[in-house]
Amino acid sequence: MKINSELQGAYVFSSGKNMGTFKAVGYPEDVGVFYKLEEYEGYCWIAHGRYPTNTPGWWGGAHPFTLLDWSIVHNGEISSYDANRRFIEMFGYKCTLQTDTEVITYIMDYLLRVQGLTLDEAASVVAAPFWSTIEDKTNLAEKEKYTFLRTLFASLLITGPFSIVLGFEGGLMALNDRLKLRSMVVGEKEDKVFIASEEAAIRTMEPDAQNIWAPAGGEPVIVKVKEGAF
Amino acid sequence: MSLEFIYPEFEVIRNTDRCITCRICERQCANEVHILNKEKGVMVADETKCINCQRCVSFCPTRALKIVKSDCTFRENANWQSNTIKEIYKQANSGGVLLSSMGNPNELPVYLDKILINASQVTNPPIDPLREPMETRVFLGKKPEKIERDKNGQLKCELPPQIELSVPIMFSAMSYGSISYNAHAALARAATELGILYNTGEGGLHEDFYVYGPNTIVQVASGRFGVHEDFLNAGAAIEIKMGQGAKPGIGGHLPGAKIVGDVSRTRMIPEGSDAISPAPHHDIYSIEDLRQLVFSLKEATEYKKPVIVKVAAVHNIAAIASGIARSGADIIAIDGLRGGTGAAPTRIRDNVGIPIELALAAVDQRLRDEGIRNNVSLVVGGSIRNAADVVKMIALGADACYIATAALLALGCHLCRTCQSGKCNWGIATQREDLVKRLNPDLGCKRLVNLITAWQQEIKELMGGMGINSIEALRGNRLMLRGIGLTNKELEILGIAHAGE
Ligand code: SF4
Ligand code: SF4
Repeated sequence: MKINSELQGAYVFSSGKNMGTFKAVGYPEDVGVFYKLEEYEGYCWIAHGRYPTNTPGWWGGAHPFTLLDWSIVHNGEISSYDANRRFIEMFGYKCTLQTDTEVITYIMDYLLRVQGLTLDEAASVVAAPFWSTIEDKTNLAEKEKYTFLRTLFASLLITGPFSIVLGFEGGLMALNDRLKLRSMVVGEKEDKVFIASEEAAIRTMEPDAQNIWAPAGGEPVIVKVKEGAF
Repeated sequence: MSLEFIYPEFEVIRNTDRCITCRICERQCANEVHILNKEKGVMVADETKCINCQRCVSFCPTRALKIVKSDCTFRENANWQSNTIKEIYKQANSGGVLLSSMGNPNELPVYLDKILINASQVTNPPIDPLREPMETRVFLGKKPEKIERDKNGQLKCELPPQIELSVPIMFSAMSYGSISYNAHAALARAATELGILYNTGEGGLHEDFYVYGPNTIVQVASGRFGVHEDFLNAGAAIEIKMGQGAKPGIGGHLPGAKIVGDVSRTRMIPEGSDAISPAPHHDIYSIEDLRQLVFSLKEATEYKKPVIVKVAAVHNIAAIASGIARSGADIIAIDGLRGGTGAAPTRIRDNVGIPIELALAAVDQRLRDEGIRNNVSLVVGGSIRNAADVVKMIALGADACYIATAALLALGCHLCRTCQSGKCNWGIATQREDLVKRLNPDLGCKRLVNLITAWQQEIKELMGGMGINSIEALRGNRLMLRGIGLTNKELEILGIAHAGE
């Protein structure tokens, strides 16, 4: 944080552990060749082709954003940006890139690492269920939990269209905004899980993918690598 | 005439072709402006008493009446304006402090009118509030800094006491005494129906209104009128009133004439005695003392009610709010320069304090810089006039807004600004039984419910336009605001960019 906000001429784009980030401006296939991706192995791959909507494209702005144990890609534009930013900056984070994804990364770090929430709990903060949904819940413990999280972390609710994939050690989580204003589909094949904005992308990777489904808005999809697999 | 004579400010224009001498205006005007001249069989008016409350105009069945500003003026002078001259005459005559009521009417910048709201186009879809859920519910109160889990790893879901509001608007403090029983009844019932809160003000709580307790904020002011254990426990929250936007730095004064019957009983003071609230709380001379009062009130209510500390927006408000946030208070209410009142010294009302927009922006930023914004909720008041004002305040950083003048307007107030006379023709700022009767609490309640329901709908539409479907994502979201015609310094304090940036 300090380097990025205070040091001239130096910028840290990624400070993850046990992960690699490759960013470039160009076609995806060329990027793969340029970085010699065939030489790497991993249990979890997150790729993001970006058509930068609101800012001129540059390599630094490419996703994923990586911080400590998290890597995040995000598709969408969040309308709650400044509410989220001004809240999260109270806890030592500094948003210097002016992108939605950066603030989402910090929110996830704050909720998961600093506050120690589970993935499900964190998902119900950023894509909180509507009050009417919470009220209809028959399970009282759940009702209490959702009310508590929504009240406590009100300023971390993210509104506007988004689909996010959050990678961490041992797995990943995918999440849509609660109105599902962006598409997201999940498919499986044997021990692999595919998550993409469009089914076509999954078919390109794995023409025989099965159990293709679209998770509901605000419903997190959490995938974990089998224990002992790495 | 004489040196004291001041030509009446208003003229009563009666269309004699239309007037049917029904004498309704005579009965409606508590200031006794209209009288029937029996000899001639015509209505005549004594304009020296007219305060332009529009009561007779509204009730004249043949629309024969209108009240206009008199064009008899002093020689024009941009420096010595006629009001200034008249005030000098009045003071030279009486030797007294001038009194006024309602908010500051002077031409000072209204920052709310120089702020514009954003909307989504293309990259981020607007949301249609008629088709999609749009949430305006808020919880006010302290939020813990860290979650806790029990030994099974389950979240411990207890929060400090919170106030739940269906929409971030509350009716702010107006005491029983300064306004009528029927006005209080309308506010209490409307708050209950709307799922919001109203505020007793500093006059205690009439026993008939204890049933509305879950929607009531009970106020403890420097006079401590009507404060006892049952009162404290009756409401959903307790407000300590340190100051008021219309008269920062001074206390209150309800004239003995208004301390009659139930008002005297509710205030726990003898009939006819003036109710004087001192300028300071005599047990609060420092922030430590405030902390003591906060905790005594919490102790008296078993830590079940959030405590609000209400202050006037003054120059050093950011530091003051930061102190209050550390005093154990759950909510800070800030009242701005343009806030209304039942009576205040004119000089103070018109010259002391700062606009609420600047105060809010400074406080919200200060609390964030210190990392304690989540320790307290912020409620702001001081002339919030419509749904757009609410949206702008929330985006600047408020959790909720207090409204009072707007609520009184809904009840029929015509902003004649003579509440201090106790002869409110609209049955609001009066204790005269015949006048109080004019305000029907059922109808008043309905009109308040209509007003807030309409505002809520407009808030939802503005939020939907911004692509925001829950009010918490708007709070402090200053990127949604742009200034127009403001200087760099003003923009810096408000923490917003200029339109076009
Ligand atoms: S004081 Fe009010 S009711 Fe009386 S004449 Fe003037 S406008 Fe009419
Ligand atoms: S409350 Fe009554 S007296 Fe006061 S300004 Fe309104 S109409 Fe006039």
